Amino acid sequence: MLQTIKDIIDILSAPTVSFTFLTVAFPFVFPPTDWFEKIHRKFGIWRLWTKPGFYGGMFAITFFFVVGYFDPNFHVTLTKADNFPIILMIYSMFITIWWSMYQAYLNDERLENGLKPNEYNDPDDKVLVWPDLVYIEFIALILFMVFLIVWSILVAAPLEEPANPAATPNPSKAPWYFLGLQEMLVYFDPWIAGIVFPMFIIIGMMAIPYMDINKKGDGYYSFKERRIGMFIFMYGWLVLWLFLIVIGTFFRGPNWNFFGPFEYWDAHKVVPLNNVNLSEYIWVKTLGTGLPANILIREGIGFLVLVAYMGILPILLAKSWLKNYFQEIGPVRYTFIMLFGLSMLALPIKMYMRWLFNLKYIIAIPEWFFNI
Amino acid sequence: MENKNKKSFLERMGESQVWKSIIRSGVPRSRRQRMQAILGSVFLHLHPARIPKHAVKIGYTWCMGGLSFFLFIVLTITGLLLMFYYRPTVEYAYTDIIDMAEQVPLGIMRELHRWGAHAMVLTVWLHMLRVFMTGSYKPPREFNWGVGVLLMTLTMFLSFTGYLLPWDQLAIWAITVGTNMARAHPFIGHEGPGASLLAIGDINLVHAGSDVRFALLGGRFVGEASLLRFYVLHCIGVPFITMILMAVHFWRIRKDGGISGPL
Ligand code: HEM
Repeated sequence: MLQTIKDIIDILSAPTVSFTFLTVAFPFVFPPTDWFEKIHRKFGIWRLWTKPGFYGGMFAITFFFVVGYFDPNFHVTLTKADNFPIILMIYSMFITIWWSMYQAYLNDERLENGLKPNEYNDPDDKVLVWPDLVYIEFIALILFMVFLIVWSILVAAPLEEPANPAATPNPSKAPWYFLGLQEMLVYFDPWIAGIVFPMFIIIGMMAIPYMDINKKGDGYYSFKERRIGMFIFMYGWLVLWLFLIVIGTFFRGPNWNFFGPFEYWDAHKVVPLNNVNLSEYIWVKTLGTGLPANILIREGIGFLVLVAYMGILPILLAKSWLKNYFQEIGPVRYTFIMLFGLSMLALPIKMYMRWLFNLKYIIAIPEWFFNI
Repeated sequence: MENKNKKSFLERMGESQVWKSIIRSGVPRSRRQRMQAILGSVFLHLHPARIPKHAVKIGYTWCMGGLSFFLFIVLTITGLLLMFYYRPTVEYAYTDIIDMAEQVPLGIMRELHRWGAHAMVLTVWLHMLRVFMTGSYKPPREFNWGVGVLLMTLTMFLSFTGYLLPWDQLAIWAITVGTNMARAHPFIGHEGPGASLLAIGDINLVHAGSDVRFALLGGRFVGEASLLRFYVLHCIGVPFITMILMAVHFWRIRKDGGISGPL
């Protein structure tokens, strides 16, 4: 029985399955439009953001870890001292997101009934920082310090063998908070996954307040008033960042191969790699002519795809589906939203092209280190 | 009842010249004194004297910004203690770490520092999440959100530079994986797109001995020079910038009208 559950979890956690599940389920959990909202209500998904939903979620996470703790294979990764922060991360992210959504739904209801949000207080009825805030800060600080001391006494800081440049561990992993980026390396070359995407993440995050011109929902929890913004951010944060960290930590073993949490990390696991570039698909497989010698001709279609995706698609959208939106926010904001939005979307797109067509690069110019 | 007029020890202390020279307002009892207690202290007056009710609720701020700051202080203090024992050279680094665990009484400084660093990455992420969830990045707080994003980046970079210092297998390989990215930096990494364009005739300006990775590591591999560079960045460079940005962050919270709230 338990073994069956473990086998099922192993299969479900393969990125192809789990990532697809999360992506498909996402708009129903954080509904960005009325239609999704309807289904969200109809099938009771909204109950996730009620108290029973909280207990259910906490139970599921705990169940996963408890079973994992007693599993000989998962035990190894789970009890690594450096992985404890990820367990904390999973719990704290669930608790805080649940709390925010729970409060948001309460507030949404109040706003619909013409009431002010829960956080609202009479501006003249303020409290004194001494003692009301100072004491809370003081208590929070003491409790947190106690927690940190207990953690430090119980878990020794890891120290492995002395550094040896000749012996590469397999897998070599970056610190856990960068594992999302390392996971992206499966799908993109380092210059994108390690440089361009991180820069876009930083600049894109800084640009959020300038791109999101929705004035509502400032200073209180809410969902409905800003559901599209919430949806996009939460997808990036939860699925493309945190979930990739979880994959990178728990599900990636030797040679960065996928292993289910309850699977043994077999260093000799062989995964057939027959990834093909777009240019090879076109010139070799379709036209049967062999790759042209001229690089630009060889990769011409790839460049066309890139220009169509990053350049033409936004223009078409601005003229059709997003017409009103474009008019509302103007060309500058629109350009940046598209730049960051489409770059973010490029990650799942590339993942699926890899999984479905074994596509390696859309543009492959290893001569210039220019692979996309 | 007979004690009613007798002053308590605390009261007498509050009226003493020493106390009053430090805390002008005496023991904060009356409303006026309590406001004075905040306004008269360099540290406490980061706060306003009075704030709206929702702003003191754990459910609103989760205390996460405050805890991030607190962790930064804890890390500064424990880090300072670690510096007493640790020498950033390939010869000593690893053995100093072992000594620290074995020779130093009550030696959990390294644990406090390491777990505190992990915890700070988490608290900063949670703080960012709460700011997003309450929509607090919206005007007039756009700029402070931007400062926050930089602080988050610096927090992760601080943690990353510290990762190398124990000089064990975990350390050098995590840093090797991380810094290998720099090799592929467009134009300034020797295996990055466009790097070969930066050349004078046949001479490449960007090669393995001159690119951005080399600048970060002080060599072609993670070695002695990298250890020193990461040490300096970790102990002085990055904390220095972080502190400046924190000052800006806190200042702006006040200037942007205090903690956000519904109008
Ligand atoms: C080292 C890291 C950081 C420290 C020490 C810090 C500290 C604080 C503190 C103490 C507050 C007061 C309210 C609260 O505790 O929530 C605050 C507010 C704020 N922080 Fe941070 N913060 C950090 C990082 C960030 C990050 C990563 C972001 C966003 C990306 C951010 C954006 C903001 C904003 C917009 C406010 C105003 C919130 C409001 O008015 O409701 N901060 N910060």
